[in-house]
Amino acid sequence: MRLGEIAKILDATVIYGKDLLDRDAASACGSDFMSDVLAYVKKQAVLLTGLVNPQVIRTADMTDIICVTFVRGKHPTPEIVELARARDIVLLSSDKRMYEACGLLYSNGLRG
Amino acid sequence: METIKLIYPVEGGDLIEAGEASSKMKLTLKKLGLPQDIIRKASICMYEGEINMVIHADGGQAEVEVDMNQITIRMIDSGPGIPDVEKAMQEGFSTAGPTARELGFGAGMGLPNMKRYSDDLTIDTTVGKGTTVTVIIKIPQ
Repeated sequence: MRLGEIAKILDATVIYGKDLLDRDAASACGSDFMSDVLAYVKKQAVLLTGLVNPQVIRTADMTDIICVTFVRGKHPTPEIVELARARDIVLLSSDKRMYEACGLLYSNGLRG
Repeated sequence: METIKLIYPVEGGDLIEAGEASSKMKLTLKKLGLPQDIIRKASICMYEGEINMVIHADGGQAEVEVDMNQITIRMIDSGPGIPDVEKAMQEGFSTAGPTARELGFGAGMGLPNMKRYSDDLTIDTTVGKGTTVTVIIKIPQ
């Protein structure tokens, strides 16, 4: 699923990566526990999380996550955005809660 | 390929900034042209090791060796050591404090993840002296 479609489904704001929305996500993972993300996330994934700190971006970088979506209307600090920009990781923010956001993506065909 | 040796100091104390050594190693492995899957495995192992080192041992040093057959990552610290290695290897067991948990760690997955993504993991630890965790990731020929 293209990142642009994900942004549309989640009614999300693009914080970084407007020109990268044609990238294709192969899977998604929803968690506030970076340890679990490191254990279970698949390749070329989108991460949905309510956690906002630099380690979210570093976790995404190490696991080749292509897009981080902050749920519950969370917004990253400029330092976090800069970390993501340096690694070309798309950042989205959606007002939807984790359960709903994951459910919407799953029901539209994006599997975990 | 000649054996390449890389050394990365890991600063202790600041968990928010941890991960810099792993980022640098990942960039170097990319420049060496290694397969993406192998880079991903090595990066996750090193990152988990780095986070552990900052949480438990106030930093240390990562030594990475790359040759045509494998990547060897040694995470060396002079921290408190691991009193019960078997317990530390169990998923879900953690002695990390609240700061680590607030940042999304401390789920007791660090060492198990390093084992999951590597071909070999050894732990050499002495209570009161320190720990060396060594992981090997084999490069398919």
